[in-house]
Amino acid sequence: MAEEMRIVLRNYGKIDPLKIDDYLAQGGYKSLEKARAMNTADLIAEVKKSNLRGRGGAGFNCGMKWSFAAGAQADQKYVICNADEGEPGTYKDRLIMENDPHTLIEGMAICAYAIGATQGYIYLRGEYPFLVSTLNTAINQAKEKGLVKDFDIEVRSGAGAYVCGEETALIESIEGKRGEPRFKPPYPPSEGLWSKPTIVNNVETFANIPVIVEKGADWYASIGNPAYPGTKVFTLTGDINNRTFFEVPTNATIREIVFQFGGGIPGDKKFKAVQIGGTSGAFIPDALLDTPVAFDSMSAIGATLGSGATFVIDESRDIVDVATRIAGFFEHESCGKCAPCREGTARTAELMEKINEGRGSNKDVAVLEKLGTVMSYSCLCGLGQAAPAPVLTTIKHFKADYEAKFV
Amino acid sequence: MMDYKEIIAQYDGKAGGIIEAYHALLREFSYLPEEAIAEAARVFKLSTAEAYGIATFYSMFSVEARGKNVVRICESAPCHVAGAADVVAALERELGIKMGESTADGKFALEFTECVGQCQATPVITINGKPYLDVSPAQIPAIIAEYK
Repeated sequence: MAEEMRIVLRNYGKIDPLKIDDYLAQGGYKSLEKARAMNTADLIAEVKKSNLRGRGGAGFNCGMKWSFAAGAQADQKYVICNADEGEPGTYKDRLIMENDPHTLIEGMAICAYAIGATQGYIYLRGEYPFLVSTLNTAINQAKEKGLVKDFDIEVRSGAGAYVCGEETALIESIEGKRGEPRFKPPYPPSEGLWSKPTIVNNVETFANIPVIVEKGADWYASIGNPAYPGTKVFTLTGDINNRTFFEVPTNATIREIVFQFGGGIPGDKKFKAVQIGGTSGAFIPDALLDTPVAFDSMSAIGATLGSGATFVIDESRDIVDVATRIAGFFEHESCGKCAPCREGTARTAELMEKINEGRGSNKDVAVLEKLGTVMSYSCLCGLGQAAPAPVLTTIKHFKADYEAKFV
Repeated sequence: MMDYKEIIAQYDGKAGGIIEAYHALLREFSYLPEEAIAEAARVFKLSTAEAYGIATFYSMFSVEARGKNVVRICESAPCHVAGAADVVAALERELGIKMGESTADGKFALEFTECVGQCQATPVITINGKPYLDVSPAQIPAIIAEYK
């Protein structure tokens, strides 16, 4: 039986998030002090050795990313926390910020020291306006106590654009522009915010940093799956008894998440599928439930760990209808910059609606498959590249459901 | 009611501050009037077209006048399966308008939103950004009454 292990949520329910003294009493800000006494190269090597991989969905080695920014020569560098959390089904970053904002601030401050940045931003999605004062209170308290020297953090609000979760679109938004992704390279660690070296990391990624500095890389690297160690917060939604969150080591299986932690399906209905990682995740059928949730094992089955959102649907659900709604989401959220996404998401939504309304055929499915495949390699950013996945995976695993709706 | 020029002036000098200025304008006016967009363009040294392009990119902003209390219902997949459609029907019934419209008295606007990150308690609506969780059609009259 898998067990919960709370690293990023270690203080959940134990402290008042508006009282820095509570955080300090739990050992808070000792890691920042320890980090600041280290040589920055050693600090970055430690984070790299822990093998902490980004928790926003891209899974890039955190320490390696920091080393690129540290090595860049510039008169100004930035640390940005991606708190855009737009992935449907995901609420883990909200949980961290609502309950323990200081773990985020401490993680950012450690990063700032490591790379030589003096300015940070928290890009907070516009749908969490109630967290602006929580974050500002925490930032001010840390400043007042003199704990966060030489590093200022400003909160900037998003305004309802899923694409701003993409790091370069987010940077464009902080620059006061339309949130359209940039061509990469250059990557943010060499040229990011206002063309300066910038680290963009997810809330959950930063929340791990104080504990890694405290307990060491070897300790962290030994937890869960070695290729993607540590823990991951899963947020459950849909047809599941326990519509709540869990933080588990990364070697848990999908079955454990859904049936053990999730408590299975309400009303004794049968499981149909689970979509993990967010609304661009693959729909995973029953046969693949014993897959471990780590990044690479999920890739191996054509799925993604992504944000850790876990959206379960039961046998009574019309999966073509769900995939159609998701196609509508992507059409809506496409920023419009690149043709394959702008046109591709619109055509996907149109074809899905046609099939969903009973006017479709095998020819439409064939077009959707071809379109989705082309989008996955031609779209400028992850939004367009991943948007076809829900349609492609439901066609693959639930073809009969599509056929049942054909003219 | 604060003047839009005064509101925008508070953000003058903040690098990339036009989006924060737009949020402040929304808190006062519920939408972005054309004069305010032109003023923001002037203050942030953008063309009016650029300032308008920023205003129309983000789903929370509106360049058209709308009801003061913006009621949004999440239509993303988890809320969709949890019965968002029934809550939509209840909202349309209670307010006497369709999705995308505003009430004649200017008190309410009714819009769709995508996921607001409260998926533990679907279906979800927000009013002026404040989330209401585990919303059932039956609760709609009482929720709306808070704002009448």
